[in-house]
Amino acid sequence: MTTQPVRFYQVGSFAVGNRLLDPDQRTVQADRSRSNALTSGHRACQGCGEALGARYVLDAAMRATGGRLVAVNATGCLEVFTTPYPETSWQVPWLHSLFGNAAAVATGVAAALAVQGRDDVRVVAQAGDGGTVDIGFGCLSGMFERDDDVLFVCYDNEAYMNTGVQRSAATPPAARTATTEAVGPEPGNPFGQGKDLPTLAMAHGVRYVATATVAELHDLEAKVERAMGVRGARYLHVLVPCPLGWGSDPSDTIRVARTAKETGLFPVYEAEGGTVTSVSPIRRRVPVTEYLRLQGRFRHVVGADGTVHRPDIVERLQQMADATVERLGLDRPAFGEGGPAGTGSPRTGEAVGTGNPRTGGPAGEGATP
Amino acid sequence: MLRQLEGSAAVARAVAACRPQVVCAYPITPQTHIVEGIGAMVKAGDLPGCRFINVESEFAAMSVAIGASAGGARAYTATASQGLLFMAEAVYNAAGLGLPIVMTLANRAIGAPINIWNDQSDAMAVRDSGWIQLFAESNQAATDLHVQAFRLAEELSVPVMVCMDGFVLTHATEQVDVPTQAEVDAFLPPFEPRQLLDPDDPCSIGAMVGPEAFTEVRYLAHAKQLQALERIEAVGRAFGDAFGRLSGGLVSPYRTEGAEVVVVALGSILGTLADVVDDLRRAGRPVGALGITSFRPFPAEAVRAAVGDGARVVVVERAFSVGFGGVLATDVAMAVGGGAGRVSTVVAGLGGRPVTERSLAGVIDDALRDRLEPLRFLDLDDQVVARELARMAERRRSGPHAENILRDLGGAPLGPAAGARPTPERRAGAPGGEGR
Ligand SMILES: Cc1ncc(C[n+]2csc(CCOP(=O)(O)OP(=O)(O)O)c2C)c(N)n1
Ligand code: SF4
Ligand SMILES: [Mg+2]
Repeated sequence: MTTQPVRFYQVGSFAVGNRLLDPDQRTVQADRSRSNALTSGHRACQGCGEALGARYVLDAAMRATGGRLVAVNATGCLEVFTTPYPETSWQVPWLHSLFGNAAAVATGVAAALAVQGRDDVRVVAQAGDGGTVDIGFGCLSGMFERDDDVLFVCYDNEAYMNTGVQRSAATPPAARTATTEAVGPEPGNPFGQGKDLPTLAMAHGVRYVATATVAELHDLEAKVERAMGVRGARYLHVLVPCPLGWGSDPSDTIRVARTAKETGLFPVYEAEGGTVTSVSPIRRRVPVTEYLRLQGRFRHVVGADGTVHRPDIVERLQQMADATVERLGLDRPAFGEGGPAGTGSPRTGEAVGTGNPRTGGPAGEGATP
Repeated sequence: MLRQLEGSAAVARAVAACRPQVVCAYPITPQTHIVEGIGAMVKAGDLPGCRFINVESEFAAMSVAIGASAGGARAYTATASQGLLFMAEAVYNAAGLGLPIVMTLANRAIGAPINIWNDQSDAMAVRDSGWIQLFAESNQAATDLHVQAFRLAEELSVPVMVCMDGFVLTHATEQVDVPTQAEVDAFLPPFEPRQLLDPDDPCSIGAMVGPEAFTEVRYLAHAKQLQALERIEAVGRAFGDAFGRLSGGLVSPYRTEGAEVVVVALGSILGTLADVVDDLRRAGRPVGALGITSFRPFPAEAVRAAVGDGARVVVVERAFSVGFGGVLATDVAMAVGGGAGRVSTVVAGLGGRPVTERSLAGVIDDALRDRLEPLRFLDLDDQVVARELARMAERRRSGPHAENILRDLGGAPLGPAAGARPTPERRAGAPGGEGR
């Protein structure tokens, strides 16, 4: 069994646990009156990051709205594993229509609530990466552009998992999927492709955009809470490892998600109206091989023991990570380790927060409540 | 009150009088004037409590309507042709979920070749989606059917599509009696959803259903359509009582008593047909017409009763099933029995080609003389077809059909239909006009 000793550098983050925090900063999940919006008994695989992410997102949204919430779901793993009728895991009113239309359906629900004077009830739309960046992008872009009152959450497991791990436009370079097999001179997914949805959301001027991973659940909850404090279009992009599709150990889901962030491959940040307002700094930078070796989908690149089979691919991925770290200024000294926390947004030069959206930057202010 | 109105404007007013709460629109000729009309009313503040949402595609239009309906709002949209196909997945989904959305379909041909004019191929393409499909014979019928559509949809929790021929109806200006707000309010109760997204009573809508229950769920869609057969008649009668004019119902027979030939059709062509029947009756020839208002659910019994036992049946269709023939005719043949010996299909008016009284009279004359084949393409220019077939036989790389034929026609008119092209109000492609 893999174990992870508590490390001291985590002090000052929320990783150590709730008991060190002020009561108002404690996680929703630690609250006995949490809503269990997505309750137990669903059919997700062991260690499913998507199930974990969805539970935290919806419970946080429930808390933020006093339980006045409707969820709209795209087709995908989350939809399938939660509603094998007559069982349903949803304790919130929940609507699934199609694979590619969750954003538009959510627009319709929000409009219906508004015209009935029921706009105390808020709307969250959820989809996998396929339902967000690929087939759902048209509807999502329309919802963004119209500034409809919807929080759209993408659970990004970087492929079409529900249909058996095929490549999506969110699949990272070199990753093996069922449609980008690890064969030939350039095994896995090609370099130089794919979409960066948070950036695209920012280009739409979306009021609030945030990325998060299931490794930092408190951060995720806080971002949901902040998002629910804003009216209009909002976008949350959550990295959710998929043990089945990524070939990772189910007990490693959190570690994989954390490593994705700590390598710089998956940047965690917030943006308002198209401008980055805070970044979550990398506390302990690790080389990409640390991330790759945890996952079967990169086995042709790096062995489980860290043996590099394809140094050329490792180098390209490391360059990608470095560029992202540089672009967003992620490589600041972690708070709790002496350095000043979050000294500035690389984009705007504005002061940014500590990386904790709860206590940090100016997000939410100025937005219509 | 009678007004001189464009069909689209009349429909827009009727829909507005139904107090829709969410209207989503994506433009496509010949539907545009309807949603433009409603949009203007919302913008002017004449429709308080209604949201008009400009969406980015028809797929989104129907999806917004799905969300709105499940959220408890009366939802409406309109489309045509390519737009209907673009939203097809959501069209099926709306019916599968049992959401009482009302949609106007301004019937238009489907490309390729792209064509903005009227036929009914679009409606036929979603025939099996689970929507109730009502066809309007006139702009008065189109106006009245919308009011009935909301009531039907909401009584049964089934979506309803009101089909009206593009241009022929949507762009025709004639006298229409537009229902007043008070009349509609008395006829159409507020929307009370059967299923609702409600935090006070949460439910899951749209769950995965496996083989253990799928047949039953689908059967229920059918059972609701069977109920609709009764409700369409009843709502039509109630409408007649309330508004003092006959409208709706399942079928509308015209002089079918003692007819030896009955011509069956959907939509605006029935006006022309009635004139042809009158002429032929005057000449002592025993013919009648049967308009089908409700195509889905298909009123087999009413059709059988209206046609009677002996009459020969000619089904005039503005669509066909490529590789087979009639779509409506298949249903009619199943209803009346006797097969192809008794029921002929006449494919007419594709892509806006005018269906003339003379051509129709010719067809009926052939039917009376027992000279009508099982499948005929009315006014088909055989020469044009023969020339293209010859070109294909001649060489492998013969090129695209449509462009070849247009070139042939542009050079020298080959046959009778060559010059007979419809003129929509404004030319396609003209700035600000009816684009594509
Ligand atoms: C229009 C349409 N195309 C394809 C599918 C098949 N399909 C269902 S779920 C799915 C994959 C979902 O991938 P993603 O959105 O990333 O969610 P995940 O399952 O990975 O969480 C696909 C391809 C479908 N249901 N509808
Ligand atoms: S395949 Fe992946 S996303 Fe789907 S349930 Fe399993 S772990 Fe979760
Ligand atoms: Mg996915």
